[in-house]
Amino acid sequence: MVAERVPLIQVRHLKKYFPITRGLIIQRHVGDIKAVDDVSFDIYKGETLGLVGETGSGKTTVGRTILRLYEPTDGQVLFDGVDLFRLKGEEMRRMRRRMQMIFQDPYASLNPRMTVGSIIAEPLEVHGVAHGREKTERVQELLRLVGLNPYFVNRYPHEFSGGQRQRIGIARALALNPDFIVCDEPISSLDVSIQAQVVNLLEDLQERLGLTYLFIAHDLSMVRHISDRMAVMYLGKIVELTDRDEIYLNPLHPYTQALMSAVPVPDPEVEEKRQRIILEGDIPSPANPPKGCNFNTRCPVAMDVCFEEEPEFREVKPGHWVACHRV
Amino acid sequence: MGTLMEIKNLTVRFYTDDGVVHAVNGISYSMDEGDTLGVVGESGCGKSVHALSIMRLIPSPPGRIEDGEIWFNGRDLLKVSESEMHKVRGAEIAMVFQDPMTSLNPVYTVGFQIMEALKLHQGMDDHQARERAAELLTMVGIPEARQRLDDYPHQFSGGMRQRAMIAMALSCNPKLLIADEPTTALDVTIQAQIVELVKRLQEQLGMAVMWITHDLGVVAGLAKKVNVMYAGYIVERGNVWDIYKRPRHPYTQGLLGSLPRLDEPPGTKLISIPGLPPDLIDLPPGCPFAARCVYAIDKCLEAMPPLEEADGADQHLVACWRWEYIAGREK
Repeated sequence: MVAERVPLIQVRHLKKYFPITRGLIIQRHVGDIKAVDDVSFDIYKGETLGLVGETGSGKTTVGRTILRLYEPTDGQVLFDGVDLFRLKGEEMRRMRRRMQMIFQDPYASLNPRMTVGSIIAEPLEVHGVAHGREKTERVQELLRLVGLNPYFVNRYPHEFSGGQRQRIGIARALALNPDFIVCDEPISSLDVSIQAQVVNLLEDLQERLGLTYLFIAHDLSMVRHISDRMAVMYLGKIVELTDRDEIYLNPLHPYTQALMSAVPVPDPEVEEKRQRIILEGDIPSPANPPKGCNFNTRCPVAMDVCFEEEPEFREVKPGHWVACHRV
Repeated sequence: MGTLMEIKNLTVRFYTDDGVVHAVNGISYSMDEGDTLGVVGESGCGKSVHALSIMRLIPSPPGRIEDGEIWFNGRDLLKVSESEMHKVRGAEIAMVFQDPMTSLNPVYTVGFQIMEALKLHQGMDDHQARERAAELLTMVGIPEARQRLDDYPHQFSGGMRQRAMIAMALSCNPKLLIADEPTTALDVTIQAQIVELVKRLQEQLGMAVMWITHDLGVVAGLAKKVNVMYAGYIVERGNVWDIYKRPRHPYTQGLLGSLPRLDEPPGTKLISIPGLPPDLIDLPPGCPFAARCVYAIDKCLEAMPPLEEADGADQHLVACWRWEYIAGREK
């Protein structure tokens, strides 16, 4: 699938801090939540990059900052060679056609007062790409594309199940023929049997339309299933990045190792034999990350240097990046 | 081992403005002392409602337990008085819920809430209860337990709150612990901590555990027996190896097929189950899975199949008219 390996997205030293303020009237800036703290990676054309991490690891913020739904604190994102953070107003708006997002909660991300037809037509109107008859036809085509009956155009979101709503969200994201879609936990709120339907649809659409995905989720098995390469985030940083098989067979970062071992496999035979690495404690607050390597509070193999110096995110073998002193 | 609980023909309905919701439709099974039962199914399959019925905590109205018996420790819990039931809840059967934030009271300290049960069920005084509460928090792996007793729930992390809930549930040495999606709100590394904790405590204390979840992965490593529920019915039941290695109901097979595995080889396709679960207000007369089932025949649309023995295997039960045909096809 990834033949020529041309990067579509290049993220360099991306940072996003959310300020913590005190006081009601005069808001003093007393600190920062370092939601994303210096991450760099590429997403190649036509691939799916999976981004996994636990609650508060900053994975959603990465997705949103790449699309400039959040203004970045620092860093650079090149989209097809264009520096997104330098674009202004109309230029950025035109660029947005090429990048879309699918949200986690299909209940909150669809306006309950709009019909399905007008929800899907909205991006076409905003960007003025289709009118009248052409617009209607495009909406019907999109509904068919995501496996919904075109006859549903005049219905409202509440008439649909969770899985069908997620299909509507996907149709809306596809309306402008984007190159790149950020899928932010698109299946987390769906039941198991419905998750597979949506994932198969996403895979199918990627093949047919040549889409590039950033697939963000906390479910490791699902991310590994859909991704070509995977990045693991912990406390605002990417700790490991490599292809889907390498990360499963040969995880190098102790956090990745623990994460892989903690994921249950639906097979009692496998479960009986597995050795779990149980991490102690919880993820620390991103407002006050530990000094040195930010995993040192839970790391089973931490040494002195891990409490002093931050490990560099480096390529230890071709295509396998990791940030750990012990590797 | 003796039988701990026997449920016969439990039927629960909710009378709502939209119609009668058939939440649990005549399920029967028994559980041994010290056993670990996984109850799996998707939203709305009746797994939580059936557990709440055991505790007699179904909100009524609109809910009503229409029929059935729940035999526990020599008496039918559906027949005992409300005051007798007070003694059962917490003392004999304890429950841990999905969301530890909403099941702890935010305005009382964690210690106060653990001590409450000890004073009520075991007649301890303040001093004894405090000692015991500290012991319990230590047992569930909360460091500096004595100091943490004076913390409020918001000062605990999600995983610690769930540990505190488990401490509370175990405070009176229940014979049965019902854990209703206890790890769903937690991250995977914290989930692993809680699963290990429950396994260890079960070994120490010897109670039976019912683990209700939609996550087939967790159950595979934890349970000895599994009930698979769909639309208020138990559609398949058996020991964990039979359910995962030789599933006989097409729904169980579909669920396992639609689940990605961490250890799957590249290029694996997920086999999704088409369609949606049925509306519980308007249940079809036959098998509730028939509309989504590729093996369905006319008979499936007409009558609900009984839960019968499959493969002649010990306690492997399946409710499907077509299981023999499906099993035959695989060979």
